[in-house]
This record gives sequence, structure tokens and C-alpha cells, in this order.
Amino acid sequence: MSRWSENTVEDSPVAVGRPTASTEKILRSASELAGSPKKFATTNVNFWYGTHHALHDITLHVPENCVTALIGPSGCGKSTYLRCLNRMNDMIEQTRVEGQILLDGLDIRGPKVDVVDLRKRVGMVFQKSNPFPKSIFENIAYGPRVAGLKSRDRLEQIVERSLVQAALWDEVKDRLNDSALALSGGQQQRLCIARALATDPDVLLMDEPASALDPTSTLRIEDLIFELKENYTIVIVTHNMQQAARVSDQTAFFYEGHLIEAGVTNEVFTNPSKQETEDYITGRFG
Amino acid sequence: MSTTNIASDNPRRSLVVDAARLRRYRIEGMVRYVLMVCAGVSVLTTVGIVVLLLFESLQFFGTVSIVEFVTGTQWAPQNQQYGILPLLCGTLLVTAGAALVAIPLGLGTAIYLSEYATPWIRETVKPALEILAGVPSVVFGYLALIVISPIIRDWVPNADPANAACAAIVVGFMILPTVISLSEDVLRSVPRSLREAGYALGATKFDVTVKVIVPAAMSGIVASFLLAISRAIGETMAVTLAAGGTPRITANPFESIQTMTAYIVEKTGGENAHGTPEYRTIFAVGLTLFVSTMLLNLAAQAILSRVREKYE
Repeated sequence: MSRWSENTVEDSPVAVGRPTASTEKILRSASELAGSPKKFATTNVNFWYGTHHALHDITLHVPENCVTALIGPSGCGKSTYLRCLNRMNDMIEQTRVEGQILLDGLDIRGPKVDVVDLRKRVGMVFQKSNPFPKSIFENIAYGPRVAGLKSRDRLEQIVERSLVQAALWDEVKDRLNDSALALSGGQQQRLCIARALATDPDVLLMDEPASALDPTSTLRIEDLIFELKENYTIVIVTHNMQQAARVSDQTAFFYEGHLIEAGVTNEVFTNPSKQETEDYITGRFG
Repeated sequence: MSTTNIASDNPRRSLVVDAARLRRYRIEGMVRYVLMVCAGVSVLTTVGIVVLLLFESLQFFGTVSIVEFVTGTQWAPQNQQYGILPLLCGTLLVTAGAALVAIPLGLGTAIYLSEYATPWIRETVKPALEILAGVPSVVFGYLALIVISPIIRDWVPNADPANAACAAIVVGFMILPTVISLSEDVLRSVPRSLREAGYALGATKFDVTVKVIVPAAMSGIVASFLLAISRAIGETMAVTLAAGGTPRITANPFESIQTMTAYIVEKTGGENAHGTPEYRTIFAVGLTLFVSTMLLNLAAQAILSRVREKYE
């Protein structure tokens, strides 16, 4: 299959050129980024799958209420890094992490950290939408329920709030008891975002949230990310350079397990400091 | 390498069918019929069994009224008493007891193996279950008599030496591997992405297991229960040895009872003249057994299709 046909329609006109940051949406300026408190501060993070050294000394700060995009070719370690931030990698056997990962100044790998509470603070949306085979209502209510909430009224409020935030409320408000699997792909992914928001997290990790969606659904998710960053810190892994340019304030470029370059998105895309970054964003490899 | 070389290795063959090719095509055609006969044998056997059961049962119901058979509360063919209810009651008692043993124990084991056990434990326990499944049912039967029965009689001194509880427990263990291995398969086939979704929402392992994995696998779990139960209904050798052999209507599991299967064993081995109503009871009981298992399977299908509708 040609490289051309793999791109979605909206990508095609600029697929061979340098992506540009969106002009309609206001991205955070360099000084705003620098002034934001560090939500995550990771220092010298190394990661191994068995003997495979997947991340090498990653030092990266994630500013609060900003969108940080992690870009890079497949297998570069960006998803692995993302999954370190809510310790999802704990579930994979024979993996090892070293280094410091601070969330609001607290090392999330410390012995006293409750990983269950960490994941309530740091929500996650996956590449492939993965609603539970339950009703729309029960999908969203799952997080608050396992956190111990029982009041039906309160659950209903949370479900409505989360669906409104995820821009799905109007489409599903009359069929909250229908199976979530009856929704379209784009709706399912917004449902997963709503589900992640229902536990009232501080941070939202998104692992290629739009890669399986059509262009219209992708745009809706991107609009959503823009609105959500006012209240949440967002880290998004994406293969889509245009998407990174459109939605993120900060971009980090990963290559072969190394963090090559990180900075204000406009800077990284218009004036990258490293040759690898330049080559990757202009489509010379990857 | 040039393409002309390849072409010369493969000279074009004539399209005209010659005698040799015709012979080969005839053999190909025959293969179809040979395979059809293979499939036909099992279909015809099934049809034959049903026809025989129906034919002999009809003859039986020519002399014994079907109302008496279904509603009579005494089963004593030697005294011309043909009420199936005592045998049905015996089968129900043993099956319910076996389900009570096998379902909680089996589901618990399946959840442990699929969600909690390390790969090393799983790889050790699963072959052990295969061995349990391979123990002949007659061995289970006498184990029930020499091991389980004395334990029961320690607890319940006036229990019969061979009784329903004794048979139920041993049949429960016999159907345990069915419940465990089928349930474990469906639990493990729940996509990893659903587990990750649960954990990412701050759920504990228990939350994910009980509120995501088990509900998602419920249709398969129910299917494993029903399959195990229908095995318990049809189980013969162990209940013949362990349940006693007294047809009676009772809810007391510590009394000697007889199941439909055990009755058939007893009568088939007996010396009844062919053609007598007493001899034909085995076909009538066999038909009852067949109908109850079939109804159970139909119920299972209905439940499964409803669960599927809900989730697909």
C-alpha cells in the first residue's frame, strides 16, 4: 500500500510538506508553558521489557493544563513512556522501570503510593475504543462505583456531566440504558473519554485516541481535547503529525527509545533543533 | 534468471479430457460420496435411536397410561406401579446437589486460574484437571462408597449407607473439570483491552474480575454450567453405585434414592422377558431422560441467545 493511501483525507493536502500549527485555535505561548507548574516531572526514566531497553534516560516535564504531544515512529517508546505515567506497565510481566516520575512533586513509584488512587488521578484513553459490554450509563458509572460511590442521584449527575464534557450527551441522553457497543466508533471513543473523566482525574493520557476514527470523528476528538485542557493536563501519543501540530502546546519527539527533542509545538515544527526531528516531521522517514 | 526458462519447464497441457484424467475425476467424484456416507452413519444412528425409543415407548404406553406414568408417585414395575416421579426426583436431587458442589468450586477455580494464578501454577493445575476428567466413573462410584459415605455417616448417623448426597458430591467432582476448563477458556478470552480499561479507571483486581471480566464472559460461563448439568443428569455408573437404589420421592439427601439412569442399568442387567411392560419401562425412562436433556439444551440455547443479543 502506498504511503499516500494510508493518510486520511484531511491529511492529504499537506502530507508531503511541513505540518503547520492551527491558526484558529489558540495554543499556549512559550512563556505560558514555562510559567505553568509541572504536573509531571520525569527524570532519567529507563524502561526494560525483559532485556530490551525500551526507554533511555527520558527527562521530560509535562506542564499543567497544557496538551503535550508525544510523536515518533512506531516502536520509539512513546506509548511505553505514556504508560509509565499511570503505571499501566506494572501489569506487563518482566518489565523494569528506573528513574524518577513525579506527579505534583510525589514520586509515583514510591513505596507508599496507592496505584489504584494514582489511576483515578491519571485517567487513560486507549487507541482502540474499549467500552465494557454494558449500558452507556454503566460504562461511565463504573469508575465512581468502584471508588465506592453508591448514590444513584450522584451517579446520574456524574454520568451527565462526563457525557456533556465529552460532547456526547446530546447524542445519547435518551438511550443511556442501551448497550455501549451499539454506538459508532467515534461515539465509543468519546464514551471512553467520558468514562475516564467520570473519576474526576487531573491528567488524561491518550494513546493515539483518534487513529482508528474517520476524519470527522477525529476532528471532534481534537476539538474536545482543546476544551478539556482548560481543566485537565493532557498527554497524547499520536502518529498524526498534523494532529500534534493542531492540538498540542508542547511536543516531544521520541526516536528509538530516546527523547530527541521537546519544546513548544510551534518551535518544534517550524524550527526543530535536531536533524532527526526535521527529517521525521517533514516525512523523510517514519 | 529469464522468464523463458520458467515457461519451458511448464509446457501447456491439452485442455481435452483423456481417459486417464477421466478416471481421476471419477475418483474425485466418489470421494464426495464416501465422505457423505461417513456423515450419514452418525445421522442415521441418531435417527435410529430416537425411532427405537419412540417405538418401544409407544408400546409401553399402550398398556400403561401416560397420565399414570407422569403423575404416579410409586415406581414398582414388578407390582405394575409405573409412576416416574420417584426416579425423576432422584435424578433432580443428585443433579442439584452436584451443581451445588461444582458451580461455586468450578467458577472459583476458573477465576483463580484465569485472573490470579501465575503461569507456572496454571500450567500445573490444568493437566491435573485433565487427569480428574479421565478418572473412570466406576472408580468415582466406589470412592463415593468407601470414602464419602463414611464421612457423611459420621456427620449424619442415620443416613443410609449409599445415599443421594454421596452420589451428588461425587458427581459434582466428576463435572468439575467441565465447568473449570470451559469457564476458564471464556474468562481468558475476554479481551485484554477491557481489563486495561478497568485498571486505568482505578479498579482493583477484584473490581475488574467481578464487575468486568465475569459479566463479559457470563454467556460462556452459563453455557459451561448447563453442559456440566446435562452431564450430571446423564451420569450413570457413579450414581448406580453410590445413590442406593430405592426409588422414592424425597428431599432428604441422606436417604437412598434411585435415578433414571441407575434404574436403566438395573433393568438392563436383569432377567425380564423381552416384550413385557416391565422390560419396556427402560425405553420409557430412556425417552424421559432424552427429553429432559434436550429441554435443558434448548433452554441453554435460549438463554445464550438472549445474553448475546444484550451484548452484541
